[in-house]
Amino acid sequence: MTARLLPWLFVLVMAVGPLWLGDQYILYVLTSTGIFIIGAMSLNLLLGYTGQLSLGHIAFFGIGAYTSALLSLGFDLDLGGAEPFVLGPQPVWVAFLGGILVAALFGFLIGKLAFRVRGAYFVIVTISFAQVMRMVALNWVDLTEGPMALNNIPPLSVWLPWDGVIPLYRKEYNYLLVLAVAVVCFLVIQRLVQSRVGRALVALRENESLARSVGIDVTRYLVVATVIAAGMAGAAGGLYTHYIRIVDPDVFMFIYTVTMVIMVVTGGKGTLAGPIVGGLAFGILPEVLREVARPEVQWIIYGVAMIVVVFFLPQGIVPAVRNWFAGRRKRVAATALGLRKETSA
Amino acid sequence: MSLALDESAAPILEVREVAVHFSGLIAIASMSFAVPEGEIVSLIGPNGAGKTTAFNVITGFLKPTGGRVLFRGTDLTRLSSNRIAGLGVVRTFQRTSIFAGCTVFDNVLTGMHRQGRAETWGALLRLASVRAETGRMRAAAAEILAFVGLSHRAGELAGNLAYGEQRLLGIAIALAADPKLLLLDEPAAGLNPSETEAFMGVVQRIRDRGVTILLVEHDMRMVMTISDRVVVLNHGRIIAEGPPEVIRANPDVIQAYLGQGVKHAKG
Ligand SMILES: Nc1ncnc2c1ncn2[C@@H]1O[C@H](COP(=O)(O)OP(=O)(O)OP(=O)(O)O)[C@@H](O)[C@H]1O
Ligand SMILES: [Mg+2]
Repeated sequence: MTARLLPWLFVLVMAVGPLWLGDQYILYVLTSTGIFIIGAMSLNLLLGYTGQLSLGHIAFFGIGAYTSALLSLGFDLDLGGAEPFVLGPQPVWVAFLGGILVAALFGFLIGKLAFRVRGAYFVIVTISFAQVMRMVALNWVDLTEGPMALNNIPPLSVWLPWDGVIPLYRKEYNYLLVLAVAVVCFLVIQRLVQSRVGRALVALRENESLARSVGIDVTRYLVVATVIAAGMAGAAGGLYTHYIRIVDPDVFMFIYTVTMVIMVVTGGKGTLAGPIVGGLAFGILPEVLREVARPEVQWIIYGVAMIVVVFFLPQGIVPAVRNWFAGRRKRVAATALGLRKETSA
Repeated sequence: MSLALDESAAPILEVREVAVHFSGLIAIASMSFAVPEGEIVSLIGPNGAGKTTAFNVITGFLKPTGGRVLFRGTDLTRLSSNRIAGLGVVRTFQRTSIFAGCTVFDNVLTGMHRQGRAETWGALLRLASVRAETGRMRAAAAEILAFVGLSHRAGELAGNLAYGEQRLLGIAIALAADPKLLLLDEPAAGLNPSETEAFMGVVQRIRDRGVTILLVEHDMRMVMTISDRVVVLNHGRIIAEGPPEVIRANPDVIQAYLGQGVKHAKG
């Protein structure tokens, strides 16, 4: 029972705690960390459960960010015809959903591709994919404004019984929104991986030939996983774009994928809580370090912390903690047994 | 069921003039044989004879250079391996093959994949039908574990099992896929005599459940005891075929094995 309530208690603390503290800077850090955690959770679905390493994961995030920004701002596109194609500004939530859909569509294509090229080649293809996206964002100036960035992106809005529809300028609301989306993504992943579909994904990770030998259409389930993961990363990108309210081609930078991989690997890939634990640790750490250390020292500490975790807890923090508890329970049971023996003797 | 006699005579699997060439190397020259429904048929031969290659062709892991494989009249050579498993042709692997990072119970549950219907939406919405299906599948998985005698290990990580238990689990996973025709690739390889004895019992009980079995095995005592029929392969060709008593006395077979220097003894 406690095991089932614990996650909800965590959500409650995360919902109430920061608001109660009321510190705008803390809220900002937690919101951007939360957005990255959503990205990391989606990456975990691929890396942790299907075992496919996509090092271009940030591409889905960026596609979601750009699509949502463009739809909410409106754009015109010169397709070579007499009249340019003009799309007026769309409602923010329509734009947000559009971002998810377009990201998911690209996820579909990458998922199909993943079965033609595997292993190292897949890693290279996905890195290139993110780089190509960055080039497109940089050079398709008519659409994306290139390095000048898309500005004045409207914030997401929400309907509140006491206020009506209000745009979410305030940090508190944005934070709660990110938390809510994170909870939804968590539940989607949880339900998925605990189902027949999830077992098919894990089967692909564990032993592809054996999976096929019992009739699992691995291609199909890998595509399902990439579509969902890409859509979630696109949602994270949408949250980002409407929160920061500016998006430029740097959103596609490789370092962001690396950040998500670090979050997943240190937290524990293939575990539900891993990306959250790793994400909180390595999302908040730089901010804490900023307070206490010079920039170059910050990065050294960050790097050392990462290496220490990976070296001493190769499975990640969550599995290590879980094993520790399991071991302790066993020891407790063993001592209890020993005691009983002693008393009976 | 009244046609049981006729059905037992009809072949469930027909391998017709299958050939496999690996860039110059002829693994199988031309192979034809049939497996009657409900029987245990053994495919034997010295190391490198082409037995595993034959399994790979039948189960769609390898496209043959020529020939056809018919399962109840359906040509399997055009189908993907997962589709073939979907028809009820399921194989085990010569090298122990399990989902090492999952629990023993989840291994069997994963093997039951094609007996479930739940897809993404059903799983996300936790539909009542999906929950009912999960319950049914868990019960069936527990039953399969009991059948092979691994119930007591259900919660253990498969990778932590002893070698013999992992071999058993490999069979349990294949059984979970609800085979009509089960292809076992050296199930007793590396087992001690008492474990082999237990395996013979398991294989026979699988057949008694109505599953046809095609067995590749080097343990001659096992082959001769449980087979209804034996097919002997040597250098990619079938050199003999018939009931165990006849095969045992066939000079070509003895020659093939002795010429190889009693390799079967090493297991
Ligand atoms: N993928 C492959 N590429 C090239 N040659 C192969 C391949 N698979 C098998 N062979 C060759 O084909 C021949 C038959 O191999 P196969 O594995 O079918 O033999 P087997 O009868 O199963 O032997 P064993 O009893 O040792 O398992 C061998 O000479 C082997 O080296
Ligand atoms: Mg073999």
